Amino acid sequence: MTAAEIVFVLLGVVALASGVLVVTTRQIVRAALYLVVSFGAIAACFLVLTAELVAWVQVLIYVGAVVVLLLFGIMLTRAPIGPSSDLDSRNKPAAVTVAVAAAGVLVTVVVSGFGDAYFEVGESRAGSASVIGSGIFRYWVLPFEVLSVLLLAALVGAIVLSRTDIGPPKDGDG
Amino acid sequence: MTFLEILLRLALVVAAFLLLPLLVGQLEHKAMAHMQARLGPMHAGGFHGWAQLIADGVKFVQKEHVVPAQADRTVFSLAPAIALLPYLVILVVIPVGPGLVALDLDIGLFFVLAVMSVSVLGSVMAGWSSGNKYALLGGLRSAAQLMAYELPLVLAASSVAMAAGTLSLSGIVEAWSPWWLAWQAPALLIFFVAGLAELHRPPFDMPVADSEIVLGPYTEYTGLRFALFLLAEYAGIVVLCALTTVLFLGGWRGPFGDEALGPIWFLIKLFVLAFVVIWLRVSNPRLRADQLQKLAWQVLVPLSLGQLALTGVVKVAMV
Repeated sequence: MTAAEIVFVLLGVVALASGVLVVTTRQIVRAALYLVVSFGAIAACFLVLTAELVAWVQVLIYVGAVVVLLLFGIMLTRAPIGPSSDLDSRNKPAAVTVAVAAAGVLVTVVVSGFGDAYFEVGESRAGSASVIGSGIFRYWVLPFEVLSVLLLAALVGAIVLSRTDIGPPKDGDG
Repeated sequence: MTFLEILLRLALVVAAFLLLPLLVGQLEHKAMAHMQARLGPMHAGGFHGWAQLIADGVKFVQKEHVVPAQADRTVFSLAPAIALLPYLVILVVIPVGPGLVALDLDIGLFFVLAVMSVSVLGSVMAGWSSGNKYALLGGLRSAAQLMAYELPLVLAASSVAMAAGTLSLSGIVEAWSPWWLAWQAPALLIFFVAGLAELHRPPFDMPVADSEIVLGPYTEYTGLRFALFLLAEYAGIVVLCALTTVLFLGGWRGPFGDEALGPIWFLIKLFVLAFVVIWLRVSNPRLRADQLQKLAWQVLVPLSLGQLALTGVVKVAMV
């Protein structure tokens, strides 16, 4: 094993362990903070694979925005210090089954698809901003645009759901 | 790069990290005092109280650490480090002269924005873990403020990246030319204002409003941990001014002698901007929470989208 591989495996262990802590801890705000550790470890995994852009986007979007939004939501509703006893729901067995099944499918697909795809990380430029940028805007521009339309639809949906003053049309309007 | 050279560069970065925030702090003491027609600290160290902040540091170290009984001890102790360390990490990639940068990253701009956004997590953690209602309110306000101002900050920075055609901070300074001052003026304004809001500097100091919620997330902190939050604020000013200099004001470029005088031009621009930060603090009343959100979503976001469109049009027209 090379040094990079050892670091990668260790980061993977950190990501996995903090992911498990997110769902098992009894303190709801700490769960969000463990999520930060997990995201950070995944970003570091991307860095080890020389995918710089993806790594820093991961930090900017997930740690900087998504987790802050999560913490804001939790703190605005209910954020006791110390353990809460009612965090487990009765759906626990179903959730575990679905999670294990999804993980099994993903791992099988990745291993059978890329199980023997090795590349030299030392000299690779595949993860740099310019390579990813030209990849997205030359070859993958259609999926990119479709995704942006999807996000726009989600945005409009969120506005419609959160505005109580615009309901369904009443009888007689328009 | 040899091992010794790496060590030397990191030592220089740490020295700058320790020295520049103190200089900005001293500038704030004196500039604020003179704007308010008073003298400010005059005794510590003899000449115009230059050693005041060192004396303050010694005082903070001697004070007792108090952790409130209701606090979440681990998160409470970690929060100051999470607020401060990102700024140290950012200084590593900021170019102060041609080739004078501890580490020239290919996507330095992205790195800087990503790391900067982590720092706010520190004040949110501090607000929640203190077990104090004022601290919790402050933490909430600081999270709401970050979410509103992160978007214009990133959009303004990406306008410069588009103009320069690179994400490398040194590359942006090299591509810069004086007419960008007019072309990128709205982005400069948006970046600076949104940066001030991320740092909770007045007039965007709603999260730490001392007349309403004591000191927001930092209410329960004492001694060295409180000093770390103060240091984070000044380090944040240094980082914001350095980034504004690099992105919008041409970094080390000056009217003459770019090669030899580069770092001096950089520092002059940095301290002029730091003075503007202090000036804004002294001369503006605090914005209310609703005004803050309105400014971000109804003024800065549309303005930054307009700037992006303008940058794109000019860039395409020039090629």
